[in-house]
Amino acid sequence: MRWLDEFVPGETFALGSHTFDADAIVAFARDFDPQPFHLDEDAGRASLFGGLAASGWHVACAWMKLWIAHQSRAMAERAARGGLQPIPGPSPGFDDMRWLRPVLAGDTVAYTTTILAARPSKSRPEWGIVDTTSEGRVADTVVFSFTGHIFMPTRPEGAA
Amino acid sequence: MSEGRDTMAETTRWFEDFAPGAVHDLGRRTMTRDEIVAFAADWDPQPMHLDEASGEASLLGGLAASGWHTACVLMRLFADNLLAGSASLGSPGIDSLKWLRPVRPDDTLALTMTVLDTRTSAKRPRLGLISARFDMTDAGGATALTMTCTLMMERRPTP
Repeated sequence: MRWLDEFVPGETFALGSHTFDADAIVAFARDFDPQPFHLDEDAGRASLFGGLAASGWHVACAWMKLWIAHQSRAMAERAARGGLQPIPGPSPGFDDMRWLRPVLAGDTVAYTTTILAARPSKSRPEWGIVDTTSEGRVADTVVFSFTGHIFMPTRPEGAA
Repeated sequence: MSEGRDTMAETTRWFEDFAPGAVHDLGRRTMTRDEIVAFAADWDPQPMHLDEASGEASLLGGLAASGWHTACVLMRLFADNLLAGSASLGSPGIDSLKWLRPVRPDDTLALTMTVLDTRTSAKRPRLGLISARFDMTDAGGATALTMTCTLMMERRPTP
């Protein structure tokens, strides 16, 4: 996507949005989070959520899907220019994931990711870690947030 | 892992049933290659989660499950083996989650939950808060994922 030194703290990426329809909420919950308020409209309405609510993991996975789509677009643009290509690494984990409001059937969540820092890895000189903070909003309300960490390659000598 | 409560099911576990230091066995699950690739195609379509050659060329050193897939399998084991029949009121979120090792096709992961601390809420007398650590370990006993979070659990009604 980019070399480590190209990530600028404060830069925000608008990742686009994901709509959670009822069928998708139920299908995800059947596989991974089979709690009644994620499976059934009536159970959702009777719960503190007040409606069929997406699993918090579903809300997180939709961020990942949009982040990868964003990353893939950036990589395609860069590949078109030629030269050595920075390939993103995996993530060592995340902190402070918050599900602030329920995401209900029909809601559209718009996601953003902001760069907090780009720092060298202590153990691997060819890699660094980019720290990010991400949010999901329904209209103007923040419903989801977390602090993420991603391994990104450092620029090899001579690379553009 | 979210706020809400099924009032229809019979409740067998309340806040008082979680003692600091207790370790709960939440079962195990084998990750198949087909599931790993299908999950990645849906949610995390990076080459290192989709094919062997890309996995080998990556920091993961071979085809490996998306970390979100491993986390979702954790959630499923937790829902099936602890939340069902509990007085859970969900979770406000996760304090920390670390992916420590790649998870490979045919790895069998075992999940435990260790109760770190429990406290009651002055503001909401029916509510108990449980601080817990979840560990997923592979067959060799190495930890692949560790996560700490707060669970909200209703207190046992006094007769």
